[in-house]
Amino acid sequence: MRRIISVLLENEAGALSRVVGLFAQRNYNIETLTVAPTEDPTLSRLTLTTVGDDRKIEQITKHLNKLIEVIKVVDLSEGEHVERELMLVKVKAVGAQRAEVKRTADIFRAQVVDVTGSAYTVQVTGSSDKLDAFIRAIGELSILEVVRSGVSGLSRGEKVVSL
Amino acid sequence: MNQPNLKKETIVERLSGGDMLIRALQDEGVDFIFGYPGGAALHIYDAIFKQQRVQHILVRHEQAATHMADGYARATGRPGVALVTSGPGATNAITGIATAFMDSIPMIVISGQVANDLIGTDSFQETDMVGISRPVVKHSFMVKSAAEIPSVVKKAFYIATTGRPGPVVIDVPKDTTDPSVLFDYVYPETVKMRSYSPATRGHSGQIRKAVDLLLAAKRPVVYAGGGVIQGEACEVLTELTRFLDFPITNTLMGLGCYPATDPLFLGMLGMHGTFEANMAMHHSDLILAVGARFDDRVTNDPEKFCPGARVIHIDVDPASISKIIEAEVPIVGPAEPVLRDMLALLRERLAAAPDLLDRAAHQQWREQIAGWRRQHGLDHHQLERAVPGVVIKPQAVVQCLYQVTDGEAYVTSDVGQHQMFAAQYYHFDAPRRWINSGGLGTMGFGLPSAMGVKLALPDAVVACVTGEGSIQMNIQELSTCAQYGLAVKVVNLNNQALGMVKQWQDMQYGGRHSHSTYQDSLPDFLRLVEAYGHVGIRVDEVGDLEPAMREAFSEKLKDRLVFLDVAVDPDEHVYPMAIKGGSMCDMFLSRTEQS
Repeated sequence: MRRIISVLLENEAGALSRVVGLFAQRNYNIETLTVAPTEDPTLSRLTLTTVGDDRKIEQITKHLNKLIEVIKVVDLSEGEHVERELMLVKVKAVGAQRAEVKRTADIFRAQVVDVTGSAYTVQVTGSSDKLDAFIRAIGELSILEVVRSGVSGLSRGEKVVSL
Repeated sequence: MNQPNLKKETIVERLSGGDMLIRALQDEGVDFIFGYPGGAALHIYDAIFKQQRVQHILVRHEQAATHMADGYARATGRPGVALVTSGPGATNAITGIATAFMDSIPMIVISGQVANDLIGTDSFQETDMVGISRPVVKHSFMVKSAAEIPSVVKKAFYIATTGRPGPVVIDVPKDTTDPSVLFDYVYPETVKMRSYSPATRGHSGQIRKAVDLLLAAKRPVVYAGGGVIQGEACEVLTELTRFLDFPITNTLMGLGCYPATDPLFLGMLGMHGTFEANMAMHHSDLILAVGARFDDRVTNDPEKFCPGARVIHIDVDPASISKIIEAEVPIVGPAEPVLRDMLALLRERLAAAPDLLDRAAHQQWREQIAGWRRQHGLDHHQLERAVPGVVIKPQAVVQCLYQVTDGEAYVTSDVGQHQMFAAQYYHFDAPRRWINSGGLGTMGFGLPSAMGVKLALPDAVVACVTGEGSIQMNIQELSTCAQYGLAVKVVNLNNQALGMVKQWQDMQYGGRHSHSTYQDSLPDFLRLVEAYGHVGIRVDEVGDLEPAMREAFSEKLKDRLVFLDVAVDPDEHVYPMAIKGGSMCDMFLSRTEQS
């Protein structure tokens, strides 16, 4: 099962490599990974998606918690949560395709953020599923390049992950 | 991370980074550093030269420095400290760091690093020590500026010694130890880190649940590991086990945490555990696991593990609980306070209702176990029954060592058959006496760890049980022993082969001894140790064994390193041996018998 694990950690050199190293070392898989400092510059927030059964996820969270620089670990997928991913897609856009790409982008509430005579760069945000759906809708043949941010998320409601 | 609280001093010393590093070690109460100098560490070495309080022991190979620090730590419970230079010095230390990591041994490894302006340029003797050691450390620090040296040292010791202990690396770029730049030296009194707070007590609700299970058990067994020793919980564990009259088994790492000569003790369990320990585990209805991690060398196939047993698991590391075997009652916390709370509650419950324990069932259970022991228990009288002219059994050598040292020696070992024989036949009645690389299985550990023990406890009798394979992995340390007069006794079970490898090849590879023998290339160990200035004694005849052993441990040779080279049966196997893929009760009992 796909899980979204959110980690609050010290914003220090080497902290990220310990997290990534842990996954490699213990044969866990990272599907997506995103990390940046928080409103408190001494802290980083890292979100990763992985796949595993309950037992594996329990081990992952326990081992993450063991890392000295890790302050908090939550499995967002355990409860109600909001998740977003951002994708930039460079799409072939010549002739009739131009209108078609624009229409598809509108349906997905995506924005065209760069335009040339032969290509559009489209920005899509949403759940990973929505981003996958956009790629299918555009059709792989017309896609020139894709970059995705990886998933970020927060739990719904009052619950927060903080110091 | 939070800055540790700084104590305000009226007179503040001005010290260089290198001096601060050594001064901080003094303030941590460090008495020995095991190390080897080199370019990037020279400022630190100069700081060592200028003081007396921390004694430096010059090794012959950095791996040995880490094992010495490790042996020191295992024997005393205090963290061992190693110092190496950058590049090859650092990489040579990795095996020793990994050894300590697998067995949760508190250790500080300080590595010199090239100067900050050279890092990343592939400069001479540069290697990414923090990166290369990352999977085998509890934590590591790269010193960014000299000013942070005191607080980094403070944090490193705190992390290494608290919670589940482990090795911590401090990588020190050369410019941060520059003798010409001085700083105010203040050693932090306390340390608090917002991201690190190891458990200090067990959850009382969980302890109550555990007590309910303990009281209800008909066929209980206590399964205790190295965490009991690391957690200084041997006394309370012994008290609790005796209070309940429960049979107890120890892991390889836990030997000594419960007196081995006590009637409730079943010996070691696992791959080469005793028949009765493994049978008791398999047929138990309750396992009280304390500071043990259900290692694959214990459980055999986890799917077939102890089918009727409910499991209580006490461990300071939550990640060890329910990793291999699901615990019905997990208790996260240090063994000592958890067991103490548990014992108090048991006393209270039993004082109110003495019939809560099914003592009749327990009696029957102990008799059943005694039956297993009579059936296939280890033969502890092989020495007495040895026949002159017949090749010496390695087990008999360990028995002889046990008798001659009155069971009081600190015994270190290397890895292989001799290690298992030592674990099976030397009865450890006190903790920290049995020192071996259980988790990583590091050959070459025995001699240097014995040296660390001898330095820590100069009056103790220290024996290294080894084999002619393992000893050659760090034999250069005989020179270090000569330099510092380290009178350890080396008992070499010389079977002229990599015995354990050969045993597996006998059992699983049709007797094809692929590269497990040396084809007459072994050195003459007597001449070799004599070349290093030590005493060598060779034993070929069983009749000579005890006199030779007595001589090695005699008052006359008290201050000498004695190397006892004993020719033992090259065809001996270690039994019992777990049958791969089976349950704990599936064992080979000899070449021809299975359980």
